[in-house]
Amino acid sequence: MELVMAIVIGVLTSCGVLLVLRAHTFAVVLGLTMLSYAVNLFIFASGGLTAGKGAVLGVTDIYADPLPQALVLTAIVIGFAMTAFLVILAIRARAELGNDHVDGHSGSRQQQESRF
Amino acid sequence: MSTLLWIVILPLLASVLVTTVRQWQRSYLALAVAAFPALALLLLLPMGSAIYSGEVLRYQLQWLPMIGLNFSLQLDGLSFLFSLLILCIGLLVILYARYYLSAQDSMVRFYAFLMLFMFAMLGVVLSGNLLQMWFFWELTSISSFLLISFWSQQGDARKGARMALTVTAAGGLALLAGIVLLGQITGSYELAVVLTQTEQLQQHAAYPVVLALVLLGAFTKSAQFPFHFWLPNAMAAPTPVSAYLHSATMVKAGIFLLARLYPLLSGTELWFLAVTLAGLTTLLVGAYFALFQHDLKGLLAYSTISHLGLITLLLGLDTDLAAVAAIFHVINHAIFKASLFMAAGIIDHETGSRDMRKINGLWKYMPVTATLAMVASASMAGVPLLNGFLSKEMFFTQTLHQGVLGSLSWLIPLLATVAAIFAVAYSARFIHDVFFNGEPIGLTKTPHEPPRYMRVPMEILVALCVLVGVFPQWFIGDLLSQAAVAVLGGAAPEYSLALWHGLNIPLLMSVLALAGGIVLYINRKHLFVFQAGFAEQPAIYRFENVLQRFVQRCRSLTAAIDNGRYQRFAGLMLVLVLWLCGAPLLELASLQGNRPTLPLDMLVLAGAAILCIAAIATVLTIRQRLLSLVMISVVGLMVSLAFVRFSAPDLALTQLSVEVVTVVLLMLALYFLPHKSVKQSSPGHLVRDLALATGVGVVIGSLAFAMLTQQTDTISGYFLQNAKTGGGGTNVVNVILVDFRGFDTLGEITVLGIAALGIFKMLTGIPRFMSGADGEGRRWALDSHPLLLAVVSQALLPLALLVSVYIFFRGHNMPGGGFVAGLITAVAMILQYVAQGVDWVKPRLKVEYSTLISLGILCATITGLASWLFDRPFLTSWFDYFDLPLVGTVELASAMAFDLGVYLTVVGSTLLILANLGKVTTRYRPVHKEQS
Repeated sequence: MELVMAIVIGVLTSCGVLLVLRAHTFAVVLGLTMLSYAVNLFIFASGGLTAGKGAVLGVTDIYADPLPQALVLTAIVIGFAMTAFLVILAIRARAELGNDHVDGHSGSRQQQESRF
Repeated sequence: MSTLLWIVILPLLASVLVTTVRQWQRSYLALAVAAFPALALLLLLPMGSAIYSGEVLRYQLQWLPMIGLNFSLQLDGLSFLFSLLILCIGLLVILYARYYLSAQDSMVRFYAFLMLFMFAMLGVVLSGNLLQMWFFWELTSISSFLLISFWSQQGDARKGARMALTVTAAGGLALLAGIVLLGQITGSYELAVVLTQTEQLQQHAAYPVVLALVLLGAFTKSAQFPFHFWLPNAMAAPTPVSAYLHSATMVKAGIFLLARLYPLLSGTELWFLAVTLAGLTTLLVGAYFALFQHDLKGLLAYSTISHLGLITLLLGLDTDLAAVAAIFHVINHAIFKASLFMAAGIIDHETGSRDMRKINGLWKYMPVTATLAMVASASMAGVPLLNGFLSKEMFFTQTLHQGVLGSLSWLIPLLATVAAIFAVAYSARFIHDVFFNGEPIGLTKTPHEPPRYMRVPMEILVALCVLVGVFPQWFIGDLLSQAAVAVLGGAAPEYSLALWHGLNIPLLMSVLALAGGIVLYINRKHLFVFQAGFAEQPAIYRFENVLQRFVQRCRSLTAAIDNGRYQRFAGLMLVLVLWLCGAPLLELASLQGNRPTLPLDMLVLAGAAILCIAAIATVLTIRQRLLSLVMISVVGLMVSLAFVRFSAPDLALTQLSVEVVTVVLLMLALYFLPHKSVKQSSPGHLVRDLALATGVGVVIGSLAFAMLTQQTDTISGYFLQNAKTGGGGTNVVNVILVDFRGFDTLGEITVLGIAALGIFKMLTGIPRFMSGADGEGRRWALDSHPLLLAVVSQALLPLALLVSVYIFFRGHNMPGGGFVAGLITAVAMILQYVAQGVDWVKPRLKVEYSTLISLGILCATITGLASWLFDRPFLTSWFDYFDLPLVGTVELASAMAFDLGVYLTVVGSTLLILANLGKVTTRYRPVHKEQS
């Protein structure tokens, strides 16, 4: 089971990195979302895997590690805030600059300047 | 002894308060400002009796005692002496500046900076803690920067100030490193403790490093060779500043540090050699170059460098008496040099020039000032009956009684005499060139005596020169001996401050210096011609050149790494990640650890397969963005299921609700962004990215596997054991969030609120633009909001709210809590927006989401603060059980109020983000059918 988890984390990271390196803002946003999944799973995994139990006292005999769960819980919410911020930034950039390239323009700087 | 605290604080008060009065008349302003240091002086003087009887007064405030940081002040002989100098000369400078500054200069700004500097300087000399002393030390650098650049419209003032700051602040950083090392070795930063650890420090292997760093700090501050070049350039400051900072106080801070740490650092071969050589070189270089300055203040600046070198040299000599002589000369130099700077200022003020080639023969125009200046420069030259003579005589005596250079020690008295000859020569030049030597040349004004009170500070200082010179023991005997006791860390050695010690070698050296100096001055032409042979670039240009080259280097280095392209920079960062995470893996023999693994089951395998396929599909379909979005939401869903499977119900709930919100957000975003990516990456680019992505994925995956299979001790046992007893809840995850790590959560919801407000700000005033069609050119649907969805969503709202209340209340004991409840509420509300439109919701829901955020954070903070009422630390939790009729036993916990804050913030932030983005779409939305 651990191997499967590790592979999932690896695949998510790879896909996330590939998307983050694209030239368009939407892909970068999706990439960061994907990386957030990977990171959350990674931190969650740091407590070790426990199947079918929980971290509620008195319900089960052994408990899952509650600390990574608490960390990841806030990370999910903060991750949403970050994604939202990025999305709005991308929208604003598109509105101001007229394109959705990550640099705000697709050519090099010299080309950009010569255009004006 | 809180009086000590007041002595330090009073100038700071003056600095702050003076900025509130702008309209006052200049004299009143000066008086009001002077009242503060005068009061401080009145507080300080009565402490003299205690100091003279050998007491050390201390004052301490606990700040962070666990890491040895206290606010501590101490007053002993040495700091008493320096405080006196700082306050007394400061008062004179305040009076002097009142007349010196012109009507265009902002008196308020000047006095504010000056008082800030005085505060910093008092802080340095009164600090009982080394780190605290360093703080004030750097504050003197900063405030002196402000003072030197007071006339910031002048280029040389700006350049000079920058140079002074660069050199002294860089030295300050070295000093910080030295102090930290010192603290590490001796185990304390308190002076009282540190100074007793001499042996431990000097036998430590790091002693040479500590010494080098501390000396760097002291030498840069006190303008010792080769760091002396900033001082002449700092002469661009207004003259009262030079009189105060560059004669009496700031440049003496380095000397003060050497004296303060004298018992700790001195006594070793290394100390004697380093300090003696630096002092000796500075003494000679300063004295030599002083003679060639045409600028009055330039001459004084080099002379100051030379005298600072003399004091440093004395501290480097291996006799106790040398240290006494050093302190004595600190006093004398402060007195005569401050008065000379004031004279230079008066001359500049009344003639409009400081160039000694122009200002000649002033004796006729300002006889009183001339007399005063001549007495002061005679003291500088070391003429008998004046204070400068006494300390110079002591200096000569000590050069004869040392052996720091071994068999070459005889060089020191010889070179001291040579320096003294030059000192006499430049003093003679100051007197002869300025006050005699023909008539003034090309002056714009006719020189005259300054206003009556402008001369008063000078008169007082010159009177002191004479009084100390004639009755040394009576005037400063006690002060000097107590300061010496503080420096030497024991009893003061036997010495006599008498004027006449009989015919001896030091007297012969003095006579030689006087005669030689006069001869040298008369024959100065030859030397000037020789010196003119060196066509040297002024230090300021060389310094600026070096600085600019350095900045240029940094720029090109930055440009080489970051060319402004995001992709390249992100790629570089990821390469770094690959290296940092991958390299340690190479050293690991096997990834498989010793932790027993869980058996594989088909359900998990199937889930993982779906997740991976969806993730890869997201990448593959990235150019059809809507499809890609659908794929990534599948990934999110599978992640939530993974949380369910692996015993994290709280996470699953949170992830699920966040997933809903995120998808809505991204759908809205697609309205504004192009629906398709047009440009395709070049194949080379793609291969490179693929390689990098695979590399990072493999490394992170391996890391995850290694971590998962490793048996580790965790700190979670503590949380599991104490959740119920200490936090009153059985859902440990929730108890950690709202109780154990409540402070973190408070920070997190604050971040959430800030992000939401930032988004709100970014969305206001967004330029008008709208894509009228989707990527395929199809126009937006013109249907109104679907009826079915509208009806269902309305019916769902109360149910959803009920669920969220339920989730909220059970959160402490069962999966749920503020975060999840907040998200569920937000999702229910968003459904209303989706189904009915912003226009429909807005009049029906009169809630300001930004207010909701503030209320939430306020609620959480107040819950935390409330524990202060019960004398507990911030965010201490409280809970108890109550029996209520009908309901049964109910638990009430302060954590619930905290969780309510979390709930409110989450609801407010999520809705603020989505409702505002939705509103922007509505502004430009297509007109609906039935309305058109």
